Amino acid sequence: MPDSTALRHKVAIVGAAETDTVGNLPTHSTLMLHAESAYNALADAGLQMSDIDGVATAGISPAQLTEYLGIMPRWVDGTSVGGGSFLIHVGHAVAAIAAGYANTVLITHGESGRSRIGAGGGAPARQSTGGQFEAPYGVAGPPTMFSIPIARHMKVFGTTEEQLAAVSVATRAWAVKNPRAMMRDPITVEDVLNSRMIAWPLHLLNCCLVTDGGGALILVSEERARDFPQKPVWVLGRGESTMHQGIAQMIDFTEWTAAAKVTGPDAFRMAGVGHKDIDHAMFYDAFSHTPMYSLEALGFVKPGESGPYFAEMHTAPGGDFPVNTNGGGLSYTHTGMYGMFAIQESVAQLRGVAADRQVPGVETGIVHAPGGMFSATATLILGNR
Amino acid sequence: MQKPPRPLPEATPETKEFWDGMKRHELRIQRCEDCSQHYFYPRPFCPICHSRNVEWRTASGKGKLHTYVIAHRGHPAFDAPYVIAMVELDEGAKMMTNIVGVTDPTPDRLPVDAPVEIVYEDVNDQVTLPKFKLV
Ligand SMILES: [Zn+2]
Repeated sequence: MPDSTALRHKVAIVGAAETDTVGNLPTHSTLMLHAESAYNALADAGLQMSDIDGVATAGISPAQLTEYLGIMPRWVDGTSVGGGSFLIHVGHAVAAIAAGYANTVLITHGESGRSRIGAGGGAPARQSTGGQFEAPYGVAGPPTMFSIPIARHMKVFGTTEEQLAAVSVATRAWAVKNPRAMMRDPITVEDVLNSRMIAWPLHLLNCCLVTDGGGALILVSEERARDFPQKPVWVLGRGESTMHQGIAQMIDFTEWTAAAKVTGPDAFRMAGVGHKDIDHAMFYDAFSHTPMYSLEALGFVKPGESGPYFAEMHTAPGGDFPVNTNGGGLSYTHTGMYGMFAIQESVAQLRGVAADRQVPGVETGIVHAPGGMFSATATLILGNR
Repeated sequence: MQKPPRPLPEATPETKEFWDGMKRHELRIQRCEDCSQHYFYPRPFCPICHSRNVEWRTASGKGKLHTYVIAHRGHPAFDAPYVIAMVELDEGAKMMTNIVGVTDPTPDRLPVDAPVEIVYEDVNDQVTLPKFKLV
């Protein structure tokens, strides 16, 4: 029977880049953000647009992307399940390249989350499950939906608002080291607790930014991967799942079940590594609790231990488990589907080019992301050896 | 400034019994006859064991406050702060709702696992929403 371990280390990321700047880009439409990211990743890999024969994107259709870029790939993936979609695309691209469906895959993200130029979205249809069973109660975007599990975690495990705040504090400390980050002033737990209440227990500084930007990746097979200007970053393991659309259908509000049962075990098994091998982690931080649920579900700590763990600053600069070293969605940038930026930072750390925020000796990194409100789940394990 | 309209549901074939029940002030949910579990939202099979042997029941309307947020910056049609909650019905199914009747909602007034009871909010001739109050 085919086994995913056969695809370990068979495909590498050889191009990785973001838009020239991220943050506030009223000069760019959504499609321009995709295209600028694609051109920058091509330049990073020393390739031309005409070299691309596989395309994956989310938020917009691959048809829209290929029309805009003027290419006609032989493999496409339009899996669009929220911010973690790009991690899923990487996993799919590994299989597609190994199968010979495509040789040179481009994955793009572009989102005018702040300026809303050419952006989609809007209220759910009244007959959709969200329109019937969530919208009537006044949910108003991620701050009032993604946050709903937290009170249960607090009740069951004793998690506190101070511990939630510590996640934001540790992440901001990394952003201080990243000149591209939108928010670069150091903050304290008190600053977080004193910031405006958005949806208890979340204060403003527990919530991600809303920005414009994009990023792109280029993947090729092991045989070609060493012939590019950049050090290859190998895809060692991947996992993906979906478990609900609306937050009201979450199976257990105290845990990220799909990560614990499916994507984490699948990714670690395929990669053939253990938790101790992970030198660096990117845990998608839409809100302070998202990385806490990641840490627990992936088995880095036991259920309920993530609050004290973050409060002890293990994940901050100088700590023994660096997490979200670009400053995360909380302080670096968050266009809406941030997963692409989490991959970009993992690649930068594995290439050893993360400048002031570089973690010494990174060989293996994990990237983990939700799509929607813990709706989809994706895990990648990447390495540079 | 005039408020935008409230988002209101529109029934589909498999949810019509629930919304029709709301108009009669009855909480109609489904129970799986094979695994004996209640579930929500309505669909013509059990999402837990995947049996299609399911029946409509009238639930008690009693339950517990499972988890919630207090929206301070929420939907413009709502007066903030307001409580968006998950209620676990005594029958076992969970549903999203609002907790009503708590003026100036704060976490200490809304203990997780507190008992709650349904309140039917007749929004208009077509729509009644299930809301809950602390008891
Ligand atoms: Zn059943």
